[in-house]
Amino acid sequence: MSTPTKEESSGDFVSNLGKIYGFYTGGFFGFVLILAVMEQIGVPNYIIGYAFVFLTLAVYAFIGIITRTQQVSEYYVAGRRVPAFYNGMATGADWMSAASFVGMAGSLFLLGYDGLAFVLGWTGGYVLVAIFVAPYLRKFGAYTVPDFLSERFGGNLARFLGVIVLVCCSFTYVTAQIYGTGLIASRFLGIDFTVAVYVGLIGILLCAMLGGMRAVTWTQVAQYIVLIVAYLTPIIILSSQKYGLPIPQLTYGQALQDIAAREQQMIAQGLATAAALKPHTTPFLNYDPLNYFGLIFCLMVGTASLPHILMRYFTTPSVREARVSVAWSLFFIFLLYFSAPAYAAFSKLEVYNTVIGRPIPEIRPWLFTYGQLGLIKICGADAINVDAVIAACGKIAGHPGVIRLQDFNINTDVIVLSTPEIAGMPYVIAGLVAAGGLAAALSTADGLLLAIANALSHDVYYKMLDKNAPTGRRLVVARVLLVGVAVLAAYTASTRPSDILAMVSWAFSLAAAGLFPALVMGIWWKRANSFGAVAGIIAGFGITLMYLVVTRYYPQFGVEFLGMTSNVNPVTRVPLLDLAKLAADPAVWNVSPVPAAHVMASKVGWYNINNISSGLFGVPIGFATIWIVSLLTPAPAQKISDLLDQVRRPRGETYLKETTA
Amino acid sequence: METEKSERHWSATRSLMFFMLFLWVVFSFGVHFFVRDLNTIQFLGFPLGFYMAAQGSLIVFVIMLFWFAWAQDSIDRKYDVAED
Repeated sequence: MSTPTKEESSGDFVSNLGKIYGFYTGGFFGFVLILAVMEQIGVPNYIIGYAFVFLTLAVYAFIGIITRTQQVSEYYVAGRRVPAFYNGMATGADWMSAASFVGMAGSLFLLGYDGLAFVLGWTGGYVLVAIFVAPYLRKFGAYTVPDFLSERFGGNLARFLGVIVLVCCSFTYVTAQIYGTGLIASRFLGIDFTVAVYVGLIGILLCAMLGGMRAVTWTQVAQYIVLIVAYLTPIIILSSQKYGLPIPQLTYGQALQDIAAREQQMIAQGLATAAALKPHTTPFLNYDPLNYFGLIFCLMVGTASLPHILMRYFTTPSVREARVSVAWSLFFIFLLYFSAPAYAAFSKLEVYNTVIGRPIPEIRPWLFTYGQLGLIKICGADAINVDAVIAACGKIAGHPGVIRLQDFNINTDVIVLSTPEIAGMPYVIAGLVAAGGLAAALSTADGLLLAIANALSHDVYYKMLDKNAPTGRRLVVARVLLVGVAVLAAYTASTRPSDILAMVSWAFSLAAAGLFPALVMGIWWKRANSFGAVAGIIAGFGITLMYLVVTRYYPQFGVEFLGMTSNVNPVTRVPLLDLAKLAADPAVWNVSPVPAAHVMASKVGWYNINNISSGLFGVPIGFATIWIVSLLTPAPAQKISDLLDQVRRPRGETYLKETTA
Repeated sequence: METEKSERHWSATRSLMFFMLFLWVVFSFGVHFFVRDLNTIQFLGFPLGFYMAAQGSLIVFVIMLFWFAWAQDSIDRKYDVAED
């Protein structure tokens, strides 16, 4: 199996994992307790914020440094010695990004039932990972996903297309993670956002640069522990306070009933109009069924195609453990995702009870903390202080002087970060949540950076440019590229690119359409050949990218030349746009490319499909193209059939041999 | 002999894959088509349709994957292609 290693007592390390991480978890609880005591004896909040950010960063960096390596297989696949259970934890941290940790509960708050498309979509995809892809790629013995494409579809063209898809879907994603680290670090350290971005960058590089996959694996396990403790602690406290049972996942059913009762009450009291109120558990008010199920489909298939996730399963000791590891991954992800709707329900109930219906002079002060950051608006203006709110609401004719539902606007990122403050918990809990958000963003950034840099160093440099490169030079190139990509991503993040942040959700559709058909057909259908795969990747990825770019940036072009029409309101089915009228207005029609705030941006399409679900076109087209083109061109050589026989049989050597030294 | 065995192994593997895929379709999409009807039923204090999307399907996915790892391993052992 994997090459035996002579490295720094790493055998001891693997056999003592339980002890090491048990001690680490205990130490982390102790650390939180000490900070809690310090807060009680009067240590100021900003010191507690600093302690959380810097001490956790120091621990990750320490792990990153002690697990440094000079071996190629350690650098790329952690020596294939990561047990299923720990690989599951690492995958959990790899998977759960700043958006999952900070943003998902907020989306559920706003979207109610329809937001559960994200909960379902970001979990169910692991079924596809396990049954279609991961065990077979593990047996193949790849270092990267394009490695497999190249070997299976004979040549560097398939490899190069794989690299392009990988870089397209990973780079915007990693930029968003670094942006997330900057946001959290600047909020809790009180430093400038740009400086905070580079502090985050150093944290990321210290974890990933010296030890590659091996270091990222063991820091991700540590980061998972921090993030799950941080996510669950506030809602466990909240659930005990309100319902006397520390299992929020069970008690929020009661909160949902209270929300439903309060929704009726608010309408009866004139605090909400029936139009502004979207009952929390009623489906299909924000997405119609086609878009809801389409989004689930794209997120799931995207999960099974994202290279930074698939490569985690290259690190297990065996094919069997790769499968078990997918199950553990989903279990660890599940712990957070089945708690997110509880977060949303508790904070919605809190907002409905304590914000809506309250006379303006009695607004609780935590709102202003976020209003000053531009994240909470009341009556259309940032809720900076009481006077600003009174002034803004005074401009609305017939405003009753109490906050109504339609007056209140909250950014989705606020929900998780503010829960400790809303519930009046000590500051140490807020610091803990910040450390958790930071861990989520850093761990995902590490995984993504490694995926990009490995594709560039292994696939482009070693396999395409310099096949005879000695080990030492390969590792130097890998590290230089890692730093280069990281700095570029940090620089991009520091410019606060709103476009890039919005594009993160595109990654799932792009990966789904670009990689999933080629991977699945490549493993499950011997007749698939390189012509089919190349055509399939280009067609599936191309149509998805085209749909995203046209609907978002060039909607007029889509309407004029591609037969796109206005999307419709999910409830009334009335078109959102009057295209004939808009076409007559040059101030609207002649803007190109359109900005995000433009009336037409992301509001046109084919068959009323939102662009976030564009994989709905790309995935079937990718499969169909591979199938048709493969059948029209010669069958692949016998050695491809032999390759697949070997990949499909768990016993025996990996197909690609490990590079020793 | 050898090829026949590996063909039988692969066909058992494929059947398991299709069975898993069927369950995946049911719990990713199938049950949620009926969310409006299910929401009229209460389960642990939740509307059942909401519960299935928020927790029910997720629990099923986790159990499915542990079961799949076990079932595929049994197939590998039965046809004598499991790792040592």
